[in-house]
Amino acid sequence: MTRARKIAVPLAALIAAHLLVVFAGFVAPYDVATQFREHPYAPPSPVHFLDGQGHIHFRPFVYAWKNNGNFAEYEEDTERVMPIRFFVRGDRYSMLHIFQSNVHLFGVEEPAHIFILGSDGYGRDQLSRLLFGGQISLFSGLLAAALSLALGLLCGSAGGYFGGVLDALLMRISEVFLALPWLYLLFAVRAFLPLRMSPVGTFLLLITIIGAVGWTRPARLVRGIVLSAKERNYVFAARGFGATEWYLLRRHVLPQTRGVLLTQAAILIPQFILAEVTLSFLGLGVAEPVPSWGNMLSTLQQYNVLSTYWWMIIPGLVLIPIFLSYYLLARSLEQQV
Amino acid sequence: MNAFLRYGLLAVLCARAVCAFGGSPSSVGDFLVTKSEAGRLGGKLIIAERSEPKTLNPVTALDAPSRDVIRRMTADLIRINRSTQLTEPALAISWTASADKRKYTLKLRRGIKFSDGHGFDADDVVFSFQVYLDEKVHSVQRDLLVIDGKPIAVAKLDQYTVQFELPKPYAAAERLFDSVAMLPRHLLEQSYKEGKLASAWGLDVPVSAIAGLGPFRLKEYVAGQRVVLERNPFYWKIDSKGTRLPYLDQIVFLFVPSEDAQVLRFEAGDTDILSRINAENFAVLLRDQQAHGFKLVDLGPGLEYNFLLFNSNDDTTGRLPDVARHQVWFREQKFRQAISEAIDRDAIVTLVYRGRATPLIAQVTPGNKLWSDASLPKPERSLAKAKDLLRSAGFRWKADGTLTDSTGQPVEFSILASASNPQRKQMATLIQADLKQVGINVQVVPMEFRAQLDRVIQTHDYDTAIMALGSGDVDPTAEMNVWLSTGGTHLWHLGAKQPASSWEAEIDRLMQAQETEIDPKKRKHDYDQVQQIVAAQMPIICLVSPNILVGAKTKLANFQPAILDHYTLWNADELFWRQ
Repeated sequence: MTRARKIAVPLAALIAAHLLVVFAGFVAPYDVATQFREHPYAPPSPVHFLDGQGHIHFRPFVYAWKNNGNFAEYEEDTERVMPIRFFVRGDRYSMLHIFQSNVHLFGVEEPAHIFILGSDGYGRDQLSRLLFGGQISLFSGLLAAALSLALGLLCGSAGGYFGGVLDALLMRISEVFLALPWLYLLFAVRAFLPLRMSPVGTFLLLITIIGAVGWTRPARLVRGIVLSAKERNYVFAARGFGATEWYLLRRHVLPQTRGVLLTQAAILIPQFILAEVTLSFLGLGVAEPVPSWGNMLSTLQQYNVLSTYWWMIIPGLVLIPIFLSYYLLARSLEQQV
Repeated sequence: MNAFLRYGLLAVLCARAVCAFGGSPSSVGDFLVTKSEAGRLGGKLIIAERSEPKTLNPVTALDAPSRDVIRRMTADLIRINRSTQLTEPALAISWTASADKRKYTLKLRRGIKFSDGHGFDADDVVFSFQVYLDEKVHSVQRDLLVIDGKPIAVAKLDQYTVQFELPKPYAAAERLFDSVAMLPRHLLEQSYKEGKLASAWGLDVPVSAIAGLGPFRLKEYVAGQRVVLERNPFYWKIDSKGTRLPYLDQIVFLFVPSEDAQVLRFEAGDTDILSRINAENFAVLLRDQQAHGFKLVDLGPGLEYNFLLFNSNDDTTGRLPDVARHQVWFREQKFRQAISEAIDRDAIVTLVYRGRATPLIAQVTPGNKLWSDASLPKPERSLAKAKDLLRSAGFRWKADGTLTDSTGQPVEFSILASASNPQRKQMATLIQADLKQVGINVQVVPMEFRAQLDRVIQTHDYDTAIMALGSGDVDPTAEMNVWLSTGGTHLWHLGAKQPASSWEAEIDRLMQAQETEIDPKKRKHDYDQVQQIVAAQMPIICLVSPNILVGAKTKLANFQPAILDHYTLWNADELFWRQ
């Protein structure tokens, strides 16, 4: 693979994943809070082309799940073929808070439900929750990384370039942050918060906390690069020609940090996604009924769920290709630098 | 009676309560001859506890693990048979009550001995009650033994006869003796006189310095791992074949912190009894009970009731404006009734408890067969009724379906639920979705249990909370602390000086009347009325009562689990291993 393609492939995969979650309302067949209470822990609905009589259908179809009397034990109701319809009307949703719609990519008619990835303990569609949950999980990683890189760039370049007391002060502060047990810090912060917090408020808070805790490593890396860059001969030359400090920083020093920042971004984003997942898993993230991958996984804390309903692990499995893409991206960027 | 405060809290904390242990009735001479199947000696029983006991001192033990261990080592004068829920003789061989039901004369068994071989007589009884009633000792049992602010008086008539005098007639007098363990005067008098009784019998107590009248005695304690009890060779029960109980050589309490871990240990055969598990784990174990050689028992509804609690404290005005604003709704009877109508209790039963629970409209569960009012209607969900009630109370809906009060404020509130209790979190999430359908926006706030209790009991900074209460006994007197408006566990309105409304005053009157009423029919009538008021006024919205689910190895004989705490070990003296 060429170098450009090595970057393009994981990047395209990541962009696709983010687009999917951005347009979750359209792609997901149901609202995240809709509870089909007669279908708790329904397994993923198999999509068929061939019915019980051996007829081939060109339109894919599912069978409704029929409860056999025991809790969460189902069999397919093969009496009735329920074709999957595209661009159907269903629950209302709003996209990016800009426009509202009720058209969904696919769905089936009542009384059947389509649970491509199964349902959870309340009978909520896992696929819909996974997609909407991605909005919280993926974007909290992205935004938190942006925040911590911005902070890192600011503190690192200021310390590295101006040196002296400012540098010593910033670096000591960063050491304090490095030594902080951040999980306990988050517990503490969460305990002081008001009871009623909107999901958006919690989301922003999570990003702020995760981002604010993670700025130290990029700051130290940036500082190192700035320290060496400002000693270069061409910097001295430019200074000799009367360049201002701001010009030097902008034109000669900061561009050198670009590679490090990009690589750091590709490393920090998955780390911060994981941080959000961990927090939500422990119940410190967004509250019900808003999903995030972490709080979807939190039901797995119960042994019986873990051992009985395998599809509840899917939000954890989804993390693997996402993290792999970020890893490949980080490696290719590093090589390029 | 400010009594029961600590007991009530305890019940909240662990959803279980007061208990002792047992055997079977019919006494001949000094030994009690049990009626249960005669077994064979030998073997040990291993059981898991959530945490280490804090102490081995019956006077100060508050936590469930301590009480589970201590109750195997001690005995009381009269005890409640967990299976029949009736009182029966224990250390007292018989008793009589005076005509005015204020004086009880108890005859003690003669010639029986503590587990160290020292004899037991009326002096030990008098000493024990002196300790329990001493305010300086701060015993847990004192609250139970103080009626109307006056302690029970105890007098020794002769070496084997004691008389108890109550300040006023007390309907459940015999039941008071259960869980009041008799203490050995010869071992504890010294430390009592030195004022050190509360700190005596910690976990580091030497085996020779602790003795009781229970079926087992202390063998060893290994910090962080286990407590081992061994057979008490001086125990006062024999079976129909003349074998002295207990049958088991040892009981081992292992410390296994989480329920899931306990289930795994049981499944692996490491432990012999599972004392109370949730419905999901029960379902998992049920699948392979045959192959593993254990049996699981669903005992039906216990005494525990889950409920949605509305903050009705009146000290919030000015201090907590947000809460006070929401309380205007909570104080409206029709609003509370509407919430109850909107909640789908059947969904809670199936989704949270896998069908192993019973929907409730009032606080007394169907498990309490003697006292629950069977005439109360079964709760049925009706959104239409809920909306009618809200409309008639002046609530309106906006175009987007949001419910607003008469001032136009949108109706929204939060529900606190213990983060470590998956069932309560699930109930809150279901209620959230239910109330969404009548236009109420609810926020579920999972919170560490201590923090939740702190808000409910201390700061009163909450809207609503999901909690559970369950008394240790079926008798209504055990619920006094919850339902009296001045009671210590009157959770929705704590620290009230007088009843906040006429119906609360009526509950107070009925609860006090039944406490001193001797005629059981009149008592039942009074308590039925309390339940009817609760069902109509809904100071708390009762949700469901979970079934008591237990399990044991099939080879364990005389296993007689009961819905009263301790569910499985209460007749530990009769348990034996079949060959």
